[in-house]
Amino acid sequence: MSAEGPANASEYIVHHLTNLTVGEGFWTFNLDTLFISITLGSIALALFRIAAKNATAGVPGKLQNFVELMVVFVDTQVKDSFHGRSALIAPLGLTIFIWVFLMNFMDLLPVDLLPVVAGWMGVPYLRVVPTTDLNLTFAMSITVFLLMIFYSIKIKGAVGFAKELLFHPFGKWLLPVNLILKLVEELAKPISLALRLFGNLYAGELIFILIALLPWWLQFSLGLPWAIFHILIITLQAFIFMMLTIVYLSMAHEDH
Amino acid sequence: MNINATLLGQMITFGLFIWFTMKFVWPLLIDAMAERESKIADGLAAAERGHHEKELAEERAKQLLHETKDKARDIIAQSQKRADEIVDAAKDEARHEGDRLKTAARAEIDQEITQAKEELRKEVVSIALVGAEQVLLREVDAAAHEEVLSKLVEQF
Repeated sequence: MSAEGPANASEYIVHHLTNLTVGEGFWTFNLDTLFISITLGSIALALFRIAAKNATAGVPGKLQNFVELMVVFVDTQVKDSFHGRSALIAPLGLTIFIWVFLMNFMDLLPVDLLPVVAGWMGVPYLRVVPTTDLNLTFAMSITVFLLMIFYSIKIKGAVGFAKELLFHPFGKWLLPVNLILKLVEELAKPISLALRLFGNLYAGELIFILIALLPWWLQFSLGLPWAIFHILIITLQAFIFMMLTIVYLSMAHEDH
Repeated sequence: MNINATLLGQMITFGLFIWFTMKFVWPLLIDAMAERESKIADGLAAAERGHHEKELAEERAKQLLHETKDKARDIIAQSQKRADEIVDAAKDEARHEGDRLKTAARAEIDQEITQAKEELRKEVVSIALVGAEQVLLREVDAAAHEEVLSKLVEQF
């Protein structure tokens, strides 16, 4: 239970799911989400940068080996589903996988650990897992969506892209239907991408919080299997996000 | 659960992360890996070549060994033959020499026998003469009998 000692279970849960914010209305910033996601991303990228800078064609060290493993993993996925040439897609996939995985991984930390430490430092609220914040998942999926539109226009030209919106799949006589269908299809991509990640992680975190409400001697019986299962979930979700991004972007590259 | 400006912050962050990975991480690693790949491929090719060369060399060595063995066998056979010839020649020579020595010895022996016979005859003559002298003494005419006895010696 947290340091302040919440009055009851629902207060405890709500406390765990409240962001640390500044600002009002739309101009509110979820400091915890921003701080944790940026910290994790920076650490990962710093490690990768070190590995990349010291990368040799000779015998790789442990760090380089690990980083190369990730690079090869992502590169294989990209090569399997994308047959063009793009300097963006593979690095984008790598960034997504690493970042999402690390943010999801915060889910496996004990639910009270960071909030309590933050509480000692006078921080009232701390939502530990950035991917349980819709702002973050939507930020990523919208960025991917913008890239999709950008590449669609870049590859097919503005006219080609417009044609694809207007004349598929039913030809020019059903133009409005085409447009509506296409818009729904395209918009579903970022929304599903964001909500899938958010939903999985939010549910996972919520269950961890519920498990934390059990008596201490009972917690492990549910916490352990759920945590082990969650190792799979967080990896899988990071992988799915990366994979769908690659697929969407390669679809954007395809000419009809 | 509400969407707010965090979204924008995260989008900027995400964009920066992507840019960073694209610029400073991915190309270096991919290049290093491609370089290593080609190095390994070269190494493997060199190993393959080395292996092939080794096989060729082995083949050649085997052939050389075979030839050498043949040559050695020839040389041994030749020398065997030559040795046999030498031995045969030596045997022949020895036999000839032996024969020659035998003949010479026999000739010498014959000669000595003849000589001994001659001497013996002479001695017998003189003994006979002495004996006759002793037996007959004065009344014998030495000159007359000398002739008879010489004839007798001739008969031996």
